[in-house]
Amino acid sequence: PATMKLLLIFSALLGAALCLETFVGHQVLRIKTKNEEEVKQLQLLESLEHLQLDFWINPSAPALPVDVRIPAASVQSVKAFLESQGIEYSILIEDLQDVLDKEKQDMAESAQRQRSTSFDFGAYHTLDEINAELDHLASEYSFVEKIQIGESYEKRPLYVLKFSTGGSQRPAIWLDAGIHSREWIASDYGTDDSITSLLDKMDLFLLPVANPDGFVYTHTSNRMWRKTRSKIPGSVCIGVDPNRNWDAGFGGPGASNNPCSESYHGPSANSEVEVKSVVDFIKNHGNFKAFLTLHSYSQLLMYPYGYKCTRPDDYAELESLGRAAASSIRSLYGTTFQVGTICKTIYQASGGSIDWSYDNGIKYSFAFELRDTGRYGFLLPASQILPAARETWLGLLRIMEHVRDKSS
Amino acid sequence: DTDDVGHKYYLELELEDVLDKDRTVSCTAEVLYHLGSKSSAPDVQLTVQGELRSTEEADKEFYTRIRSLEKELVAENIPDSHGNVPPELEPILLLAWAASGYVIWQNSTENTKFNLAQVKHVKQVKRSDEDLQFDYVVLLHEMVSQEVLPWQVTLLWHPQRGARVCQCQGPAPGA
Repeated sequence: PATMKLLLIFSALLGAALCLETFVGHQVLRIKTKNEEEVKQLQLLESLEHLQLDFWINPSAPALPVDVRIPAASVQSVKAFLESQGIEYSILIEDLQDVLDKEKQDMAESAQRQRSTSFDFGAYHTLDEINAELDHLASEYSFVEKIQIGESYEKRPLYVLKFSTGGSQRPAIWLDAGIHSREWIASDYGTDDSITSLLDKMDLFLLPVANPDGFVYTHTSNRMWRKTRSKIPGSVCIGVDPNRNWDAGFGGPGASNNPCSESYHGPSANSEVEVKSVVDFIKNHGNFKAFLTLHSYSQLLMYPYGYKCTRPDDYAELESLGRAAASSIRSLYGTTFQVGTICKTIYQASGGSIDWSYDNGIKYSFAFELRDTGRYGFLLPASQILPAARETWLGLLRIMEHVRDKSS
Repeated sequence: DTDDVGHKYYLELELEDVLDKDRTVSCTAEVLYHLGSKSSAPDVQLTVQGELRSTEEADKEFYTRIRSLEKELVAENIPDSHGNVPPELEPILLLAWAASGYVIWQNSTENTKFNLAQVKHVKQVKRSDEDLQFDYVVLLHEMVSQEVLPWQVTLLWHPQRGARVCQCQGPAPGA
């Protein structure tokens, strides 16, 4: 009948409106619950699907605020409900579309500025910005090539920059960063380089964002996310610690078998495509001499082992080289890095990348934990990016020069 | 050192003033981790050898500023994702460190290493007495497990009386 027709037309219009993805008139409210009863009321509200509420912070405990985006059509009724229940709220965003328009404008302006100037190495960047810079470097320098070594769980490309001045299958150095997505300083540092001097004898492969899914998640949802974003069969929890997923003492002490843990090792070694892609690439290449990985924070310079607390066969050389590198780092700003095996320096941790690389014949395997020692931790101010990059570079260079001398 | 009671550590420490890097103060400490009972905080005895810098003026300024706010202070994500801290919120972050220190002490064992990762949320609660009250939700990063977990902690502060963590109930809103 007539009402049905009206309903159909209305739904069609609604459908069309939704397709446009506009947030005109959407408001974001911050709701302050005083007790469990109010939290339950909000959870009830959450279950009413027709309101199309989008909770940015879900109701869970009275002390925590609840942030919710409300489509224009539901704003009045939700507010009426809250007021009738005596639940306090404030308006965080009056009109979400206004905010989005402004943000788009800001970003366009900044992109304009960036197109005319070079990549701002003193600021943090999104994945797209980093990938754009990789393209830029590859096009500007003849000895730089961008290679895709695989795809992440969510199908993002894993890009490696190859630095090579020629030869065929020269001895190579591997450098990666960002395997733990919340450690932003590592990835941001990774795109700032000046390594032409080394490239007569060796090739350098750089993977600036080893965990792109996690990295994007730290920008969009949770700044403290560490793991990959893979779904674990049989669990509501997401993600595997990519630095417990390598085939080196896999599943041993220092990793968790609980999918909800930050150090969950995953269902099996190399289960994470982000890890498998690197393993396959390195094995296929066959001539890597060094494997270096960047993390934060704590200011540590470590070599194997993590999965066991015994010294590697090359202990003396690695310890000595580590100390020399730490010395180079300190020479610039006085920043001190502690040197030692993973197990003795930080904690026992199984399934780690440099243990795998070492046990697979890549002698010069080192893991860096960059600045700082805890004052800012993962949230290192952008003003420290360049100083951190400069000092770390001296350490990396010291190691790479040693590797070059030993590989010729 | 080991007893039947637990493990005792004798420490010599140097404290560095975060706001004045050249200033250091030496301390000694005795820390006793109790055997067995996981729910008991370690005993700590600390002796400061030397003087801590006077912060009387800055304390007074902060106290007056907060007391004269019309609306109660509310803030979140300090530092933000990029490590920024607005200057007027610096003292709030410093107090969060003090509050976190208490939580960390209460939850530490010989196998934990905690750090304040971020102040997720802070809300001032106006009081009828002279203390300032801040209800914090802090994110603590535990190095061994790598977990980053939220903790609620309420801090009272007064320029002369200093900082205290309280189990207090604030006045009911609207009361």
